[in-house]
Amino acid sequence: MFDLDRWQEIYHVLKKNKLRTFLTAFGVFWGIFMLVIMLGSGNGLQRGVTQNFGDMATNSVFIWTQQTTIPFKGFPRGRRYNFDNDDVTAISHAIPEIKYLALRLQAGGYRQTNSVIRGLKSGIFNIMGDYPAYNNIDPLNFINGRFINDLDIKNKRKVAVVGTRVVDILFTKDENPISQYIQIQGVYFQVVGIFSSKRTGEQADQENQNIYIPFTTLQQTFNYGNAVGFFSITSQDDIPVSVVEEKAIRLLKKRHSVAPEDDAAVGHFNLKKEFDKMQGLFFGIRLLVWIVGTGTLLAGVIGVSNIMLVVVRERTKEIGIQRALGATPWKVISQIIMESVVLTTFAGYFGLVAGVALLELINLLLGSSGANTEMFVNPGIDFSVAVTALAILVFSGVLAGMIPARRAVSVKPIDALRFE
Amino acid sequence: MIKINQIHKSYITGQNSLHVLKGIDLEIEAGEMISIMGASGSGKSTLLNILGILDSYDSGEYSLDGLKINRLSERKAARLRNKMLGFVFQSFNLVSFKNAMENVALPLYYQDVPRKKRNLIAMEYLERMGLTEWAHHLPNELSGGQKQRVAIARALIGKPKVILADEPTGALDSVTSSEVMDILQEVNATGITVIIVTHEHDIAMRTRKTIRITDGNITEIIIN
Repeated sequence: MFDLDRWQEIYHVLKKNKLRTFLTAFGVFWGIFMLVIMLGSGNGLQRGVTQNFGDMATNSVFIWTQQTTIPFKGFPRGRRYNFDNDDVTAISHAIPEIKYLALRLQAGGYRQTNSVIRGLKSGIFNIMGDYPAYNNIDPLNFINGRFINDLDIKNKRKVAVVGTRVVDILFTKDENPISQYIQIQGVYFQVVGIFSSKRTGEQADQENQNIYIPFTTLQQTFNYGNAVGFFSITSQDDIPVSVVEEKAIRLLKKRHSVAPEDDAAVGHFNLKKEFDKMQGLFFGIRLLVWIVGTGTLLAGVIGVSNIMLVVVRERTKEIGIQRALGATPWKVISQIIMESVVLTTFAGYFGLVAGVALLELINLLLGSSGANTEMFVNPGIDFSVAVTALAILVFSGVLAGMIPARRAVSVKPIDALRFE
Repeated sequence: MIKINQIHKSYITGQNSLHVLKGIDLEIEAGEMISIMGASGSGKSTLLNILGILDSYDSGEYSLDGLKINRLSERKAARLRNKMLGFVFQSFNLVSFKNAMENVALPLYYQDVPRKKRNLIAMEYLERMGLTEWAHHLPNELSGGQKQRVAIARALIGKPKVILADEPTGALDSVTSSEVMDILQEVNATGITVIIVTHEHDIAMRTRKTIRITDGNITEIIIN
């Protein structure tokens, strides 16, 4: 029920000493402001870093060959070897826990580039031979057309999927690259798809310079026999990828006569492990932010409690009068708690709004400045966090009012009346 | 209306105990108008505070309108003060940020009477005090006599059985004092018991009975 007298009293108390009210409110304001800014920045950092992963399936592992380091079955150490097409069938038969299995081979070898020509234009790009499943493990953003499909693989079609940067270099603005031909190491390929990277910053620039052609086409056209560059494997949703990783490596070692204990001979990268490490880091940051943030907030709330004690002391006589006229202790207590809640909530709400506004401003500036924001994307806080913060404020307002309120009714009415 | 029996009260300050009331017996009938006189420190204010349930007593018995008053919870005491008693103080004790009307309406606020209704009733009481034009003025815009009349209106609005006045004219000049006493006599004429603590002789003379307290004992009861 709206009680005008109650609000009149609150207004009077808070207005009486404006500077004091302002400074007290500022403590709470600052507490929640800092909490919002820190949480928002933490989120921005997390978003930035996780966007570097693109939309990559986190339960994936990548496996490639390296030199052996232990002599085994008559082979010397330091041997180089390649995975091959037969490994693919063997792995997919032996390990049912696999969800996606994709192979990749890069023309010219790992991190090698090739010149690509179209008419009078030319550029240097990465040429990847791929399977359709790769787009499920590390997805791309398709602007036009499609990725490689099973028919491409089966018929070893000469088709190419190109990044936006490739389009910029080889085509003029008003041309539609789809169905056009480009020349890769003297062989013509028809463009069937255009993509842009889902990553940010430098990694995105890198990926946008890629050209994907069917794996089988690459093997045959550029004389790779049945060599495989590396495997990308994703486990079924309910199975940890480390299980698949272990099984696949053991099988590959056996098939290529590598010593079972030769860990250096098979290179592998478990994305899940890296991702978990990162998640742990962000959890730590969040925990720290909450501890520091709520600590600052607590300091503000203690300030409110302190001021309420002073206010109650100043108003001892007035409260004495009210009690002589029949104000019950509950009426007095609820009045003081209400004052404290109003002060904290009001100040906190402004802190929240100011914090969110600043984050939005940073967002706006980041967007328009065109700065390299690889590590810091879209700072902000969730609505639920904002609601939680407000709930904490109201609760701490109650807490802050509790001690002063009890103090107000603990004195005898007559002592309160006599107080000067 | 009021019956007290062997009331004792001591104040303990550190090691010392100050025996203020030393076994007071007093009976006040409904509708009486009584003054309590005594030197400062004689215990007259303490007695009034005990009668007003603003202070506790150590031993003895006190019954108000047949109700035993002993170690009440503060909630019950507040209810009793609100329904049975009206207070008039020397320093008026008006709430500074409420206007005259709101001050008068305050006891009804604690009875949860709706704002419109209690303000209407407050206006009636202010009219009786001749303060209709001043209803929307804050206390610091009123003269001493006006303030005390507001305070009396506030004491009356809860329809109390007893009015307790602690030096009601102590801060007023003699003309206004006389006016305030006129009002209190009118109040008494409606059947409300009035108890006034004072050290002014001519004020005491205007009540029907004067009780003189010396060093915590009733030494004299004078019928005026």
